[in-house]
Amino acid sequence: MAERHDSFWALERKNRRETVMLVAVFMILFTALGCGLDFVFGNLRIIDGQIAGAPLLTAVALIFGSIQSLLSYYGGAALVLASVHARPLVAASPREQTVLDVVNEMALAARMPVPRAYIIDDAGPNAFATGRDPQHSVICVTRGLVDEMDREELQGVIGHEMAHIRDYDIRTMMMIAVLVGGIAMLADFVYRWSWFGGFGARDGGRGRRGESGGEAGTLIAIAVFILAALAPIFSQLLAMGVSRQREYLADASSVEFTRNPRALLRALEHIAQTESPLKHASRGIAHLFIVNPLEAAGEDGEGFFDNLLSTHPPLGRRIARLRALAGEGASGGAAIAASGTSPA
Amino acid sequence: MLVVLIVLAGIALYLVSAYNSLVRMRNEVDNSWRQIDVQLKRRHDLIPNLVEAVKGYMQFERDTLTQVVEARARAVAAPDQASRVAAENQLTAGLGRLLAVMENYPQLKSDQNVLQLQEQLTTTENQISFSRQAYNDAVLGLNNRIETFPSNFIANNFGFKPAEYFKAAAEEQALPKVDLSLGAPRA
Repeated sequence: MAERHDSFWALERKNRRETVMLVAVFMILFTALGCGLDFVFGNLRIIDGQIAGAPLLTAVALIFGSIQSLLSYYGGAALVLASVHARPLVAASPREQTVLDVVNEMALAARMPVPRAYIIDDAGPNAFATGRDPQHSVICVTRGLVDEMDREELQGVIGHEMAHIRDYDIRTMMMIAVLVGGIAMLADFVYRWSWFGGFGARDGGRGRRGESGGEAGTLIAIAVFILAALAPIFSQLLAMGVSRQREYLADASSVEFTRNPRALLRALEHIAQTESPLKHASRGIAHLFIVNPLEAAGEDGEGFFDNLLSTHPPLGRRIARLRALAGEGASGGAAIAASGTSPA
Repeated sequence: MLVVLIVLAGIALYLVSAYNSLVRMRNEVDNSWRQIDVQLKRRHDLIPNLVEAVKGYMQFERDTLTQVVEARARAVAAPDQASRVAAENQLTAGLGRLLAVMENYPQLKSDQNVLQLQEQLTTTENQISFSRQAYNDAVLGLNNRIETFPSNFIANNFGFKPAEYFKAAAEEQALPKVDLSLGAPRA
């Protein structure tokens, strides 16, 4: 038991550290951006080796960055839920009641407070968890998951999400989603626009914008340049946060909670067959889901961030690992021992 | 002189912290037991309703129904924890049989009341088994602390007693966990 607690506290500590680092890097970058713009606009000047002037935009950037960080921390879950068009799950039918019951069961198994349940009206079976801590956590499932999965499969999936909640993965992944994901998407957009849309517009609009567009054009060019320069940093941050190891660990913890490696195994096999993209999932939050909501089965992404952002280990490899857990021992106990946690 | 004082202070500090952690662990065991207790009580409340609801459909399963009702009565009336655990285990086994036999009566699947009771009982059964894991984890922690050196001296002097595990019934252990829900669509 002590062994299990140690590893879970270590994960929690790591996640707390990563969130602090994330916010720090975000604030530094934001302030640097404001400071740079202060120089561009002449608010700050270097006179005789001394910096003179009022750092107006730096202050604005600092305030704006602080507000955004606070909003992300306290309102992130609501933002994420709104962006996927989720609504609270109520027990309108027996299937929905079963999902709510399974959430209760897995909270008990993980010894965590019971998270609120939400649903997305989408036929692709998928799920994610979010929130700033276990006391303010949410588990969100899709209509497809509710309709297609039996009780055992649901336990596996909800157990996986409870593991993310227990380990504070939800906080790190939520902050990444709202803080970095938004900017990464903007950078992605501007980057592509500068290569495709940008050239087209310049050619077509030469005559009209020739005189008045000069200054605005320079500003946009600067913005593109800055964002393009920042993009790799942000994608690096994302890669740090959405390490595939998290998914493997949550899979193993799900088995630990259910004492039944078949549960999640059957669920993932089921999803592998029906895997279909979700309507309202974007790149910024793809890493939250139990399986990548942007790709259909076996499909590869093509955007600028897709390669840097392989948020999920291949489903086939996760299934293989679970199969190894299920196959090594007939009983749950042997499988739990194999996953590196002590059966108590 | 100073060294002696430091050593004495160290020993006193250890005694206090060891005693406190024993108390904490004993409270955790008590608390986990209360968690199970809540679920077991809920099960006791649900069983009469379920038996009442399925009785009409299942005239041929008198034995199974009677076993469940009797096991419940024994569990409710159990005088101490050991006999309570034994009775609850019999009840778990009997209930498992009843829910399995119910599969043979397709009419039950169209009865909303029965389906609802069945879902409630299924989730209660699962919650019992998950809280039993938590309880046994807590008991293991406490018993280890009571029996290992050097905390065993404190435990013996202050009357800490090892707690009893909630062991699953033998036949339940032998069986693989079954999905008790009726009518779950399988793709």
